[in-house]
Amino acid sequence: MDVFSYFNYWVVVVLMMLGFFIVIARGNLVKKLIGLNIFQTSVFILYISAGKVMGGAAPILADGVELYSNPLPHVLILTAIVVGIATTSVGLALVVRIHAAYGTVEEADILEQDATC
Amino acid sequence: MLCLLVATAIALIAVRGLLASIMLTSVYGLLSASFFVTMDAVDVAFTEAAVGAGVSPLLLLLTVAIVGRREAASNARRLVVPLLLVTVTGALLIIGTLDMPSFGSPDAPAQTHVAPRYLQQSGDEIGIPNVVTSVLASYRAYDTLGEVLVIFTAGVAVLLALAPAGQGGSARAEPPAPEHLAPHTILQVVSKLLIPFMLLFAFYVQFHGEYGPGGGFQAGVIFASGIILYGLLYGLPTVCRVIPPPVVEVLAAVGALIYGLTGVLSLLAGKNFLDYSALAADPVTGQHIGIIAIELGVGIAVAAVIITIYYAFAGRLHTRED
Repeated sequence: MDVFSYFNYWVVVVLMMLGFFIVIARGNLVKKLIGLNIFQTSVFILYISAGKVMGGAAPILADGVELYSNPLPHVLILTAIVVGIATTSVGLALVVRIHAAYGTVEEADILEQDATC
Repeated sequence: MLCLLVATAIALIAVRGLLASIMLTSVYGLLSASFFVTMDAVDVAFTEAAVGAGVSPLLLLLTVAIVGRREAASNARRLVVPLLLVTVTGALLIIGTLDMPSFGSPDAPAQTHVAPRYLQQSGDEIGIPNVVTSVLASYRAYDTLGEVLVIFTAGVAVLLALAPAGQGGSARAEPPAPEHLAPHTILQVVSKLLIPFMLLFAFYVQFHGEYGPGGGFQAGVIFASGIILYGLLYGLPTVCRVIPPPVVEVLAAVGALIYGLTGVLSLLAGKNFLDYSALAADPVTGQHIGIIAIELGVGIAVAAVIITIYYAFAGRLHTRED
C-alpha cells in the first residue's frame, strides 16, 4: 500500500473541511453559500474518484477498448451539479430577501436586530 | 491539479471582499472541471465547466450587486471553536479513509456491483455508445425525472421569493427603462460574434449526447449561459424582448411535462413507466426515441429554469436601481 492511493480522499477531506470552516466561521451569508459550494464540490470529487479505474477510458463505448471507468458515479454527479446550482440560487434568493428585510447580510447584525425586537 | 484546488480554497478563506471571492469561485469551478477530465468523467466535466465556472459565479455576482460587496471582518476570538471543530472532524474523516479501497483499483466494491452490467449490456440493450447517457436517460430515468422536478421546483421557489409584491407571483421585468450604463462596445461586438456559436454548440451538445459527452443537462446550461451573457451586455429589457419571461416560465413546465408524458406514453403502450422499449416495434429503436424525447425535455426545462432564475435576480436589481 502506498501513501498516494489515498491522496484523492485526503484532498476531499481537506476541501470539505475548508468549505465547512467558511460556513461556520464567516458571518457573511453570501460567503457562507460559497463555502457550501466548496463543500459540495468536495463530495463530487469523492464520488468521481471512487469511480475511476486505473488505466480505464471514459465510459463511451468504442471498439478495441476493454476497460472503462465506472459510469454510475458520473450520472449521479452530473445531475447533482445542476441540482446544486438550482438549490444554490434558492439560497441566494433568500439572501436577497433577508437583505431587503434587514438591510444587511451579516449574521451578527441580523441576530442583533432580532434580539432588539 | 488537486493541490491547485486546495490552494484556491485556502485563498477563498484568506480573501476578504465578496467580488474577489466570486472570481476565486469561478477559478475553482474551472479547476475542478479539468480534474474531472483527468478522472475520465467527461460528461461531468462538461457540466461543471458550464455551471461552476459560468452560471454560478454569474448568479453570485448578481446577488452581490444587490446586497453589496463588503464583508465584515470576523472576530478573531470567534475563530477558535470553528478551527477546533474542523480539525477534529477532518482528522476523524482521514482515519475513516484508511478503510477505503485504494484509489483506482478495478476490484473495489464500487466497480464490481452494477457497473459491469451497464458497461457490457447497454451496447446491445440501448444501442448507444455513451454509457453515461444510457444510464441517465434509460436505466435510471426515474432518478433523473426526480432531479428535473427538483430543478423545476427550485425555479418556482426563486420566483416566489423574488417576485415583487402585487405581480401575481411572476418575476416579470418592469417595462424597459433607459439604460444609464455606458455600453461596453468591445464586449458587445465580441459577444455578438460569440453568442450564436454558443447557442449552436448547445444544440450540438443536446443532440450529440448519445454518441459523445453531452446531453440535456449540459445543453440546457450552455444555452442559458448564452442568453445570460446577452442579458448582461445588452441590458435586461433587450433580452426580455428577445425571450419574454412568461414564455420561459411556461417552457420550464413544458420541459418537465415532456419527460413525464414520455413515461405515460410507455405506460399506455403496456410497459412500465419510462420503459421506452414500448415506443416502437423494435425495442432498441424505442429506446432511441425515448432517450431523445426525455433529453429534449431535460434540456428545455434546465435552460428555462436557469433563464427564469436570472430574470428574477436581474429584475430585482432593476427595480432597486429605479
